[in-house]
Amino acid sequence: MSETLTIKDLCVSVEGKPILNGVNLTINRGETHALMGPNGSGKSTLGNAIMGHPSYEVTSGTIELNGDDLLEMDAAERARAGLFMAFQRPMAIPGVKLADFLRHATTNVRKPDRKEGEELIPMREFRKELKAKMEQLKMDPEFARRYVNDGFSGGEMKRAEILQMAMLRPKFAILDETDSGLDVDAVKLASQSIAAISQDKGGGEEMGILIITHHDKLLDQNTPDFTHVMLGGRIVETGDASLARELYTEGYDRIRAAYPQAAALEAELVGV
Amino acid sequence: MATDLAEPLTDETGVGEINKYDFVTQTTGVFKARKGIDREIVAQISEMKGEPEWMLDFRLKSLEIFQSKPTPKWGGDIAIDFQDIYYYLKPTSEQGRTWDDVPAEIKETFDRLGIPEAEKKYLAGVKAQFESEVVYGSLQEDLGNKGVIFTDTDTAVREHPELLREYFGKVIPPHDNKFAALNSAVWSGGSFIYVPPGVKIDFPLQAYFRINAESMGQFERTLIIVDEGAEVHYVEGCTAPMYTTESLHSAVVEVIVKKNGRCRYTTIQNWANNIYNLVTKRAMAYQDSLMEWIDGNLGSRLTMKYPAVYMMEPGARGEILSIAFSSKGQHQDAGAKLVHVAPNTSGRIISKSISKNGGRSSYRGLCKVEDGAVGSKSSVVCDALILDPKSRSDTYPYIEVEEQDVQIEHEASVSRIGEEQLFYLMSRGLSEAEASSMIVSGFIEPLVKELPMEYAVEMNRLIELQMEGSVG
Repeated sequence: MSETLTIKDLCVSVEGKPILNGVNLTINRGETHALMGPNGSGKSTLGNAIMGHPSYEVTSGTIELNGDDLLEMDAAERARAGLFMAFQRPMAIPGVKLADFLRHATTNVRKPDRKEGEELIPMREFRKELKAKMEQLKMDPEFARRYVNDGFSGGEMKRAEILQMAMLRPKFAILDETDSGLDVDAVKLASQSIAAISQDKGGGEEMGILIITHHDKLLDQNTPDFTHVMLGGRIVETGDASLARELYTEGYDRIRAAYPQAAALEAELVGV
Repeated sequence: MATDLAEPLTDETGVGEINKYDFVTQTTGVFKARKGIDREIVAQISEMKGEPEWMLDFRLKSLEIFQSKPTPKWGGDIAIDFQDIYYYLKPTSEQGRTWDDVPAEIKETFDRLGIPEAEKKYLAGVKAQFESEVVYGSLQEDLGNKGVIFTDTDTAVREHPELLREYFGKVIPPHDNKFAALNSAVWSGGSFIYVPPGVKIDFPLQAYFRINAESMGQFERTLIIVDEGAEVHYVEGCTAPMYTTESLHSAVVEVIVKKNGRCRYTTIQNWANNIYNLVTKRAMAYQDSLMEWIDGNLGSRLTMKYPAVYMMEPGARGEILSIAFSSKGQHQDAGAKLVHVAPNTSGRIISKSISKNGGRSSYRGLCKVEDGAVGSKSSVVCDALILDPKSRSDTYPYIEVEEQDVQIEHEASVSRIGEEQLFYLMSRGLSEAEASSMIVSGFIEPLVKELPMEYAVEMNRLIELQMEGSVG
């Protein structure tokens, strides 16, 4: 039976201000979805709400993973249930080595019932796996000894996010502008890596991925099965890969004209 | 949803936080002085130890100074009834020479603290103080052959009077402060180290000690003399069990580092929540020498401790790294002092404090450049991390400069554990408690990495224990 992430009529507020106004989205494991839309349309908000950021208040609607209510879970429980988000601007955690953090995270996600203080996955096993994944991502092994995102360049941060995804092998991943701030070669590498990880059969099944992007490069290797356009806190149109192409070549004028109500909400939200 | 850090915490008593050390081993003390402090008690302590006349005089003079000085009004709230404390307790009549001679109940205590491991690892470098007296000590032969003296201070008074008379009470005289005077009057135990010229000890010398009798103060006295071109790293670890009544720990540590010498003094202290920890630590660093204090303070009701380096001659350097962790009912008033007496001396203070669950951490530091100490450099960095809105952090930097051509830098930062950091770690499967603990460990990492491996591990474990049950 296929596994599914289901979002129904989702409304989300931040600091009392409504950002999402009824989002419907279903992602099956193995599918690639692109989420596009102008700045401020609510794309990152959707990602954060799915992942369980406490500042994003779900005022109505549901988010379920294989029928389990994710809204009942905190971010850690969602991660253990198989959810992952690569952040646009991941937080620095000074003094904490990437490898130590990742060993902890990997253990928790692979053994969701682990209690605090219980054994982590064996160091040797972990190191071997980490080293292999870093090689695939063309990362210097020394990188694992650096403090999490502390003083990382934009490209390093994004690569570290992809590395985490590779290690955690989630069922569903949200990639929030993982291509922003990267040069052409770096985007290409990221795109290939994401494709390799998401199609990896080693973990059992393929991943379901939601790629939030403004560009086409990330989608080169990750051809979307579905492309969603977000405007004014709603998904207003869904198409295939050709819709993504249309949007990054021609922009959102046609969409705004077609959905004046959402466009009016957008204007209100971004204060135009 | 994540639990709000401001919510009442599950741990009401604070006892759970250091339950690992929450045990009191029964001891059959051979001698316990009556409660209180007066000439008779002080004379009795001196007599029990079979001390020479000069030490008795020193104690009695110190007692007068103690009695004449008022209790400090600054720092923390000191509510001690000095007449309700035992000042001397001798657990065994003879000092243990070998491990076999050590009483079983004391071994049990050490076992629970993991001391035999350290003993194995560091061979004979271990000196352990149990209550007021060093009960077990062994000295690596190799050290003895090099002329190194590593013994308890009581023994040193008897066996090395020439060194003691020259240096004892010279770095920190009894009139320095009320608690230095108290220690000078009733001191017992502590370590004495002398490292002869040019001798470099390449493993840390260690001492473990703990307080283990209700209402009993511990007044150890440590004196370290690092002669010209010599090097030593001394490590002091301390854990204490829980009590129901007030308890006082008031140590004095004096260090002399001569020309081109190096000394590092590392302390990790985890006191029970009812203990007053009022310690005076000071080093005098001479030409081109280096003195380093690494000071980790956890627990206690009130800690007041400001390790100092007096840079007495040109080229002397002082470095002080301080970590304070305060939780419910605890006040850490910790910091450091750098005193530039001579030209071209340099000092650095790095202080990190963590406050949680209503705890209060204060940084109190002094940077002083005396007249004539041209070309001196001092830098102070203090960072505070506050875990919840009930907790508090303060900074009291004192700067006194009597010279023009000097460089003094002071930076301070206060941060709170950010929701964004917590969310980031949690989104990778770490529970809220694990995430907080990891952020705190990262915060003190720059200091922990300076510790010997097993102390670094212990420090991280203590932090984890402190963090347990701190979030919903």
